[in-house]
Amino acid sequence: MTKTLRQRLAPILLGGAFVLGVSMTTPAKAEELRIGFIAPMTGIFAQVGMDMANGFQMYLDEHGGKLGGADVKFIVEDNQGKPDAAVTKAKKLVLSDNVQMFIGGLLASTGYALAPVSNEEKTLYISSIPSADDLTQRQLGTYPYFFRTGWTSSQPTQPLGQWACDQGYKKIVTVAADYAFGYESVGGFQKVFEDCGGKIIQKIWPPLGTKDFGPYIPTITDDADVVFSLMVGPMALQFPKQMRSSGFKKPIIGGGTSYDEFALPFMSDEVIGDVSSLQYSAALETPKNEAFVKAYRAKYGKVPGYYSESNYTTAQIIDEAMKKAGGKYPGPEKFVEIMGGLKIDAVRGPVSFEDRNPVQNIYIKKVEKKKMFGYPNAELWNVVIKTYPNVHQYWTYGKAKFLAQPVYSRDFPPCKFCE
Amino acid sequence: MASQNFKILGVAAVLVIFVLGVPHTSSFVVLLATRAMVFAILAMSLDILLGFTGLASLGQAAYFGVGAYLTAILATKFHVGLGWDFWIVVILGMLIGAALAAFFGLFAIRATGVYFLMITLALGQCVWGLAYRWNSLTGGDNGINVTNRPNFGLDLTNEQTFFYLVFAFFAVSLILLYVLVQSPFGRSLAGIRERELRMQILGYNTWLHKYIAFVIAGAFGGLAGVLWAHTNGLVSPETVVLTTSVDALLMVVLGGAGTLVGGAIGSAIVFGLREYLSTLVPWWQYVLGGVYVLTILYLPMGLMGIPARIHQAQSPSDRTGKMAVTEKLAPEPS
Repeated sequence: MTKTLRQRLAPILLGGAFVLGVSMTTPAKAEELRIGFIAPMTGIFAQVGMDMANGFQMYLDEHGGKLGGADVKFIVEDNQGKPDAAVTKAKKLVLSDNVQMFIGGLLASTGYALAPVSNEEKTLYISSIPSADDLTQRQLGTYPYFFRTGWTSSQPTQPLGQWACDQGYKKIVTVAADYAFGYESVGGFQKVFEDCGGKIIQKIWPPLGTKDFGPYIPTITDDADVVFSLMVGPMALQFPKQMRSSGFKKPIIGGGTSYDEFALPFMSDEVIGDVSSLQYSAALETPKNEAFVKAYRAKYGKVPGYYSESNYTTAQIIDEAMKKAGGKYPGPEKFVEIMGGLKIDAVRGPVSFEDRNPVQNIYIKKVEKKKMFGYPNAELWNVVIKTYPNVHQYWTYGKAKFLAQPVYSRDFPPCKFCE
Repeated sequence: MASQNFKILGVAAVLVIFVLGVPHTSSFVVLLATRAMVFAILAMSLDILLGFTGLASLGQAAYFGVGAYLTAILATKFHVGLGWDFWIVVILGMLIGAALAAFFGLFAIRATGVYFLMITLALGQCVWGLAYRWNSLTGGDNGINVTNRPNFGLDLTNEQTFFYLVFAFFAVSLILLYVLVQSPFGRSLAGIRERELRMQILGYNTWLHKYIAFVIAGAFGGLAGVLWAHTNGLVSPETVVLTTSVDALLMVVLGGAGTLVGGAIGSAIVFGLREYLSTLVPWWQYVLGGVYVLTILYLPMGLMGIPARIHQAQSPSDRTGKMAVTEKLAPEPS
């Protein structure tokens, strides 16, 4: 019975398999570099996802669609901002598109979700945005095909802690999004600030996506010299506005995402004077950055933020590495090794690598309203006021000492000076 | 009765085609089919409540979540469930789903209609909140990576082998749930769905019936969760979030509530559109939305209602009946 049924169905099955097979698998050509790109194209992070893909695409367009001499097939997939969907899409890219590498993800959780896929499929994963500290720190050995071209969460906030201490600030309250990226950013800031003699006297954790800070602002203690904020996405627009309208006159400083160029055009003048830190600022006065900002703005109608810059630079890093490899993709192990040895002159400044994570300048930036790069109107820019050159993910602690402590979390470093 | 046998044969034939055909397609289709089957188990478990008992629950992701988190935590922290003890984890997953449902049921079953919906929603969100905030156990927002699949003679890291295993779970769940809904207990659930008061008057303890159905649905939700942890390789609060419950509900409604296989069809369509179509075109969301709207408007019984619909259209007696209804509903000239 089963056999006859099977015999009868065989033609249908074969036909179906053939149609699906033809439509889905196109074999990779040897001289072609196939790159998958995963970013949220729908959902609340869709705009950020577009900025990410645009950054990479712009580099490709400027170089005739080639990286290191190889023709590039650039395939963008939408993960809707969800880690689960990112895993499915990464598998799709590897299994049906035969990509040699996949890039992207936005949230740190997506980075954690995609790293194991690189192991399972033995395919290179380049994290251009997800900044989860441990992927290039305590879990470095777990994911040999993982490479980072962006940053670790605490990489820019550690210098900011030093800077805040140098300003003579003594007591700081932190207000940060209640998830891993917030914990790691605050942790780095607190560690360095307190080691320098400052005190974090209160930590407030509004949930990710909070738009009404009404319940949190009144709880901020009057003893604070400064408030440190770490906001993400739409939170960044609301927090400074609501702080200032509540009558808060003291300085506000923050992580780079609190004042990203992505949010800056929608902010009003109350953010002028606020200070943040990141590895990139669109107001960086170098010829390379000026050219990048002008080209990007002409093409996409907005000032690029780090989301675009990081992916533009990722394309540049792949370009340089492919050149060193002689225009032919040499397999993930070799490619990781080549990338790790690169020293490049990027839009954000000089970039080299240590433990598959960039060593790069961290800029302390102050929001100012001014005219830049010959644009006619005065606009809000993240003007660089201090540069910490060649900052490592381990800051000045040294790798061994840094890794001996646990990853920054809600409870580490402990809040010794909280009431 | 003959038509019932015909239906069973039809479903069996489709399943045979499916299990023989899919492994010959590309590995991405195998992957998607595996995922769709796991969600099909979840959708079928929800169908026991929605379709057969008439309880619309928005908390099914909670049982799915505890099953998945249990598997992930046992595998990563205690290295349990990666060999033969995988089967113990399967049983534990079903038990923890059932236990959670037994606890939640104490609060939820007393309510009906929209209140039941709200209570299950709230309880489901409690589990989400726990997953999000209990960092030491659940890894918080980052979730837990389950990097190793079980290997007990069968190496489940092979996607094809894993596909067959999940298919076996899916088929067995379908059979068990079918037997359940055909049993006198299942018929009494349908009775509760149709008219609870009458069942009470007939002497049935309807609270207990609903409670047991709720617990069984929880157990199969937990089973789906165990499989999901190994299918996806990642368990995060995203697994337990409200949209997972809503997805399951939509799958059931799309396929046809009260049919069991409807949930599976709904799951296949949602995964096909969301994960496969989205790799081809950027406007896949409109297609998915359109399918939902059209189904609700024209096929309130879901896709499984199509044969009945055709039958109805062809049968003249039904047509006159329908016309009579239409006339009755038409506004009286005043």
